[in-house]
Amino acid sequence: MSTAGYLSLTDADREAMLEAIGVSSIDELFEQIPGGVRLARPLDVPEALPEAVLVRHLEELAGRNADTSRELSFLGMGIYDHYVPAIVDTFLSRGELLTAYTPYQPEMSQGVLQAIFEYQTAICELTGMDVSNASGYDGTTVAADACFIARHHTGRSKVVLAETLNPMVRQVVKTYAPGFGMEVTEVPHDGGTTDPARFAEEARDAALAIFQQPNAFGCLEPAPALAAAAGEGGALPVAHVDLASLGLLEAPGAYGCAMAIGEGQSIGNYQSYGGPHYGFLAAGNEFIRRMPGRIVGETTDLEGRRGYVLTLQTREQHIRREKATSNITTNQTLLALAGLITLCWLGPDGLRELGETCTALAAYTEERVALPLAFDRPTFREVAFRTPIPARDVVARAREHGVHPGYALGRDYPGLDDVLLVALTEKRTPADVDRLADVLAEVCG
Amino acid sequence: MELIYEKSKPGRRAGRVPSYGLPVPEVPDDLRRATPPRLPEVPENEIVRHFTELADRNFGIDTGFYPLGSCTMKHNPRVNERVVALPGFRDLHPLQEDDGAQGALALMWELERILAEVAGLPAVTLQPAAGSQGELTGLMLMRAAFADRGEPGRNVIITADTAHGTNPASVTMAGFELEKVATTDRGNLDLDDLRAKVDDRTAGLMLTNPSTLGLFDEGIEQVAEIFHSRGALLYYDGANLNAIVGRSRPGDMGFDIVHYNLHKTFSQPHGGGGPGGGPVAVRAEIEPFLPAPTLVRDGDTFRLEHDRPKSIGRVRGFAGPFGVFVRSYAFMRAYGPALKEMSEAAVLNANYLLARLRDVYDLPYDRLCMHEFVLSARTLKREHGVTALDVAKRLMDHGIHPPTIYFPLVVAEALMIEPTETETKERLDEFVDAMRSIAREAVDDPDVLKSAPLTRPVRRLDEVKAAKQPVVRHAFEAEAEAEAEAARIEAG
Repeated sequence: MSTAGYLSLTDADREAMLEAIGVSSIDELFEQIPGGVRLARPLDVPEALPEAVLVRHLEELAGRNADTSRELSFLGMGIYDHYVPAIVDTFLSRGELLTAYTPYQPEMSQGVLQAIFEYQTAICELTGMDVSNASGYDGTTVAADACFIARHHTGRSKVVLAETLNPMVRQVVKTYAPGFGMEVTEVPHDGGTTDPARFAEEARDAALAIFQQPNAFGCLEPAPALAAAAGEGGALPVAHVDLASLGLLEAPGAYGCAMAIGEGQSIGNYQSYGGPHYGFLAAGNEFIRRMPGRIVGETTDLEGRRGYVLTLQTREQHIRREKATSNITTNQTLLALAGLITLCWLGPDGLRELGETCTALAAYTEERVALPLAFDRPTFREVAFRTPIPARDVVARAREHGVHPGYALGRDYPGLDDVLLVALTEKRTPADVDRLADVLAEVCG
Repeated sequence: MELIYEKSKPGRRAGRVPSYGLPVPEVPDDLRRATPPRLPEVPENEIVRHFTELADRNFGIDTGFYPLGSCTMKHNPRVNERVVALPGFRDLHPLQEDDGAQGALALMWELERILAEVAGLPAVTLQPAAGSQGELTGLMLMRAAFADRGEPGRNVIITADTAHGTNPASVTMAGFELEKVATTDRGNLDLDDLRAKVDDRTAGLMLTNPSTLGLFDEGIEQVAEIFHSRGALLYYDGANLNAIVGRSRPGDMGFDIVHYNLHKTFSQPHGGGGPGGGPVAVRAEIEPFLPAPTLVRDGDTFRLEHDRPKSIGRVRGFAGPFGVFVRSYAFMRAYGPALKEMSEAAVLNANYLLARLRDVYDLPYDRLCMHEFVLSARTLKREHGVTALDVAKRLMDHGIHPPTIYFPLVVAEALMIEPTETETKERLDEFVDAMRSIAREAVDDPDVLKSAPLTRPVRRLDEVKAAKQPVVRHAFEAEAEAEAEAARIEAG
């Protein structure tokens, strides 16, 4: 019996099993591997750790990180420190949900299937769309998925991205685009938001045009005008939105978007150094057969009872293979479940209040921080300030005071080296903002 | 059971959001939401009961045996859930400066080193979010490598007829053309067919080894030689890596690019469909093209390197699904070099099941298997009208999750069985008993099999109806109409 890991067989079991197979040793089972490609030495990996020692080792590693309990953090730029309700932890640790595979066998999986159906409903409600998939990897890859849909729907190859779309989302689209036979054009910002006339011009012969609301600078884009601008020339208007904003801000479907996509982390997921989280992708009915990934549909069983199954599977790789709408199989179901539970916990009033508190804290921050605003635009949850010294230096100095003041936009936007993006979630208090203001006054002074 | 939306009543709520007494600025009229979303309005105790009932209607590894072929449904150790929730991991912002994330970066570095050793390849990216994204990343790496070599004309990827559907789908998404190679009667790639198909337009091969038949390709050295001698590359789909850890390494077999499924081999719980993790390892020559950022060690410190001029770019946000890394790293450290015993037990368990079931089901490839094997119900179908689907549904009544069915496509009425290493012999014997009893039932009482399952929350579901008239979200409108209609009847 091994002294390490999670194995179950006793020596006696092993002997009995080898005998039933009709071989004399484990080695014999591996003889189908040609001698030339067998590994003839033990794996050179660190020694095994019993559980108590393993936990100490991981605690030591975790202790070397400056998480948001160690620094008062105003970092955002796509990932936000919103409150995760306790009931999320409760259900994400239920083994029936945590340790199930993709629900290929619906009679064994009604719990997960119904939860996904409820999640799809919530995403459609929030975005104003007709159909949502069961989730994508994250807020970046769903943008690439939208490109693939638009490529086949319009026959066009041009992708237009607002420069105020999250930089990582744009990077991922650029990585995927050549494989789709697409090319990417970016529309520069004009004072913190995107100019609809400029957007319309670039989108004239495009397959799709993607903008973000609220945008990567925290500013509110003229979203209805941008959607109309994209649509003028036949490009599909696509909004990259944040679920946490959609209690307060208009649904993309209400202003004519063909698709709504985004990163779901802000609703129900911990920051977790960038993942795993969930991306969402929702669209109008006309795109249902081009959607990537799993979709759950309602049906009935032999006795007429309502039930749920994976549906429209002829879109998918395991049936359609090279003609599939995507290669995705594993998605982010458990993280999307966390999103659903959080939305149920908040309800429509709570979601609106969440947005209101974020905007109120942002306004309070604008008032308290004695730095000029970088952009004269309404904001949602993030405020961009001009700093008298490079924003990277502001970050470094503020961290010495135990405050992480936000994101130095120059990390992604050349020319904005003196802009600091400060994110406010409902977990930050006015007193936290006061402390931020004091520290910024000191390090910028 | 009811949907959570059907339990909603205006005015009820669970969570309360702090307001801090601050004035709320006006959102510009044209940007403000006009109609509130119809999210459920339910108190917390009813939310708890709802999701408890959903959990009760679901089956995980925690519930029972789950021999779903190609999915490696092994035990998910609970210590992994404990350590992933440490605040230093859970509450770490991904844009935290590197000096504030040294523990996370050190963990990723150690994980990369172990993965590199397991694959026998030196360089690793942790970024891809799942196996299929690892595949796509691998194909993009091939394209970049050939462009860099001045051979952009290599545009054909060869896959086996036993390949997972993700392989051909990834080929299309990466902009390559697909060619298929046949499998011999022994389940190996047909070398003559390969020699005829590999030429200077070939970019590479995508192969799962052992294959989806659970068989190690005995000609793998010749396969590698055929591709390499013509300047093409080999990609290893790591879906079946659980068979060979510590016994054989893809890099030693001749593969140039490998993806791992952290949610299969390295115990990330599958969560009812995800998350996963699909790191990719490569040979030194391909390292410059890996997605940015890469992880660099300078003495005792670690940093993310973004300045990677030859990189294919970014395939996902941030440095990858970090929580998955924590769990997989904890899993690997619990085994250490005994990871080899993990694969040995997986292979032993599969061969034991094969030995005990081969006389009651058809065995299309009569060889010792690796970590999984494929049986066929074709005789049951021909003689008794009982299909692989019926067998699968009846297993549910034995409290066992069915195997993968109707895959791989080269086997009619396929039942693809993967027990994994963590099961006890008693569990395996229960499965054998169930499978043998079902085979007897096929003869004695086939109608029972046709009507199975009888003990699940629902009976067989009408999948055709679901696809013909797709209902993919709750119909609030219909609900409202029905209520109005009921009110009219009551009033009238």
